[in-house]
Amino acid sequence: MTLTTFAPLPVVEEYREIVEDRGYPTVREWKRRTGRAAVGSFPVYSPVEITHAAGMLPVGLFGAGNQIEMAHADSRFQSFICSIVKSTLELAFVDKLAPFDALLFHSICDPARNLASVMARNFPERRAIYVHLPQNMASSGAAEYYAYELRRVAAELGAVSGRVPSDEDVLESIVAFNAMRSRLRDLYALRAERPANLSTAELYTLARMATFTDPLESEPLLADSLRSATTRDARPKDRIRVVVVGSFCEQPPLELIAGIEESGCYILDDDFLLGWRLFRTDVPVDGDPYLALARAYLDGSLHASTKHDLRVPRAAGLVASARANRADAVIFLGAKFCEPGLFDYALYRRALEQEGIPHLFLEFEEKMWMYDRIRTEVETFVESMLFV
Amino acid sequence: MTEHHGAPDHDMTGHHEAPPRESPPAAARRAPVETAKAEPVHYQGRVHELQKELMNAYYAELTDIAKGRSPKKNAHLLIAGNPVELVRAFDMVPVFPEVNVLQIAARKASLPLIQKAEELGYAVDNCAYVKADVGLYLSGYEAPYGTVPKADLLLCNYVGCNVYLNWFEHLAELTGAPAVNIDIPFIRSADGEPSPQDIAYVVKQLEELIGLLERTTGTTLDWKKLQRTVELSAYVGEMWAEIKALTQLRPAPYDAYFDSVTMMAVLYCLRGTEEAARFFETAVADLKERAALGKGPLPEERFRVVIEGPPPWPFLRVFRDMFTRWGAVAVASTYSTVGGIWEFGFRHDPQRPLESIARHMLAQNLCNRTFLQRYDQMARYVDEWKADAIVIHSVKSCRLFSAGQGDMREYFAREREVPTLLIESDLEDPRYFSQAQLRNRIDAFFEALTQRRITAAAAAGGVA
Repeated sequence: MTLTTFAPLPVVEEYREIVEDRGYPTVREWKRRTGRAAVGSFPVYSPVEITHAAGMLPVGLFGAGNQIEMAHADSRFQSFICSIVKSTLELAFVDKLAPFDALLFHSICDPARNLASVMARNFPERRAIYVHLPQNMASSGAAEYYAYELRRVAAELGAVSGRVPSDEDVLESIVAFNAMRSRLRDLYALRAERPANLSTAELYTLARMATFTDPLESEPLLADSLRSATTRDARPKDRIRVVVVGSFCEQPPLELIAGIEESGCYILDDDFLLGWRLFRTDVPVDGDPYLALARAYLDGSLHASTKHDLRVPRAAGLVASARANRADAVIFLGAKFCEPGLFDYALYRRALEQEGIPHLFLEFEEKMWMYDRIRTEVETFVESMLFV
Repeated sequence: MTEHHGAPDHDMTGHHEAPPRESPPAAARRAPVETAKAEPVHYQGRVHELQKELMNAYYAELTDIAKGRSPKKNAHLLIAGNPVELVRAFDMVPVFPEVNVLQIAARKASLPLIQKAEELGYAVDNCAYVKADVGLYLSGYEAPYGTVPKADLLLCNYVGCNVYLNWFEHLAELTGAPAVNIDIPFIRSADGEPSPQDIAYVVKQLEELIGLLERTTGTTLDWKKLQRTVELSAYVGEMWAEIKALTQLRPAPYDAYFDSVTMMAVLYCLRGTEEAARFFETAVADLKERAALGKGPLPEERFRVVIEGPPPWPFLRVFRDMFTRWGAVAVASTYSTVGGIWEFGFRHDPQRPLESIARHMLAQNLCNRTFLQRYDQMARYVDEWKADAIVIHSVKSCRLFSAGQGDMREYFAREREVPTLLIESDLEDPRYFSQAQLRNRIDAFFEALTQRRITAAAAAGGVA
């Protein structure tokens, strides 16, 4: 796989293999170094600041990718359930989740919720915490209630680490994550503005690195990569400009992302690893930190297929992103059996057709390792855009 | 309530289904019991007839609204733990898309609607209830049983099922109707109880909903009317619990899966009305009479089972016959608790209407409780209703129900040593129903149960 055609970014080089390593080597190293615990967060969004404030390392769990064979989880979850639910359970069965002292699950979809129960029953020694994310964004009681929920989660996490975080702890962690997310926003802005300077495969690697690294350590790495990528002397290629949506939970293999680019696309916006950069701006740090996180989620976050905000349709958000990025087209890259994503596709398609924005539907599974068919589809689509 | 020998020939509104075709040879080789030769019979009784009358009247009212012959407003809402009492208190008529589309499936008319939605970009893996409802809307809301009115309000009670959110979001975009989500926090406590904050949050949203309903109808809430509506729900809940307890008897006077759906139609569509109260008074009397006479739905109750999961509506009778031929009767079902769990003591409280509606939405229905709390519920059924086995009907459409049912089977079969069968099809999409395969698996399961009994009896020195 070729990530870039010019001088590689050192951080990307360092982490290119690690991001797919389900031995979680850097998490194990962090635990050895600090003597502290780690908590796995199932997608999409997780209140990682709370985990961090409780003295633990929040780590994104993105299933097993194409790294393991399914031997146990297939008998627990049916064939029509998405891969990430099954492969995350499989990781537990083969003891790959050993570095994690607790797991966080969230109200994103029905299989993920039932996974929290199945995980709790089969692995009672590892606390499974279920977080309710609000879905009535317009209620005057939503922020206060969600702040209460975050405090409840803080108490549960505190029971794992032995330290229930103080408000000051949470504020400090918000500052740390604000800084990390700010660098990610900068990187996303650079790619949107000068996509030849930073490939999506590189950006993805950097963002993925941030999902298993202490934000105090990842932020300088992101800042360094931003400086290097900004100063690259890159010449734009003859590619179409696209926005990619649909991969907000289960993640496509990095090779597939690179393959889409190499097939003739500049990706200007995407929803990969969405939960880790959900907030549009910094979370305020001048008041009740739980309320600040709650309000950021309710009123200051990006569109997500698992967040049902009736105030602004997500399809309108996608169209706005395509327009703002001067995209030629939208690629829907949806995980097989992902019901929230597949539902959204129907509305996206309707809105894109109304707006006259060309689009391509692609379906992937994290466990796939052959990309020829998808590459051919993308190449054909690109050619139809460039030459027809 | 039922006549002997056989399967129901109805759905939730009394629709008659064609008798099943002959079984495949592979299954026929294992002819189970004498019921295999039974004549197909009609499933008719007082309860059934009364239900049909009420549901016909309900759909006639919906049709009147849709056709502009009635000035009443309507709200579309979902079955799981809903605040229908508030809707009724405003004299609005509740419309239940789940009930609408399951009846279309029972009339074997769902596939064209599903395909209509798929043409728009809905995936084969999306919930077929949603697709059928979208297809119904695209077909002008004309259904075989009447016309469904376009919603004056899309009232999404987000009670466990995440697809509910997608469903009403889509309806809002397609129809342009105003929509609101009532956010019901999922139960996170080990004891299954909501926290005071959970209740306060839901009550707050219900108060906001009252404001919205006042704006929608142009009237103000009559608090006494709300209390009466809630009182009627409590009364119906009491009778429904009494009915459920009857299947603890041997034989069970009715099938708690296949026959429950007849009563569930009234329980869900008409809860909070005087008509529902009268219906359940009749049902209690009728079923108690049957119980006193020792009558069951089959000539012989050979196996008592707990059934988990929604039924395959397009093939309800065929499916039931697969159990009937083995003398298997459902004594309890999880499906009959999607809209509320009353058998363990919950009642609405007219003195605290909003709080009790909130409790019902939060904790007193299957959908908002954890998967493991469902295991506990089923375990109670097995123990207290004295079941011999569990049948898990896994439906592709409803992942709330189905995701992880393999683990459920592991738990019951291995840890509790309850014989457990896991079978798959769908609740709405006829393409996922494989009759021969299902029958083979069901036959093999009951054959094994029969052998097990013979072996146990022989070991005990008796006979099977």
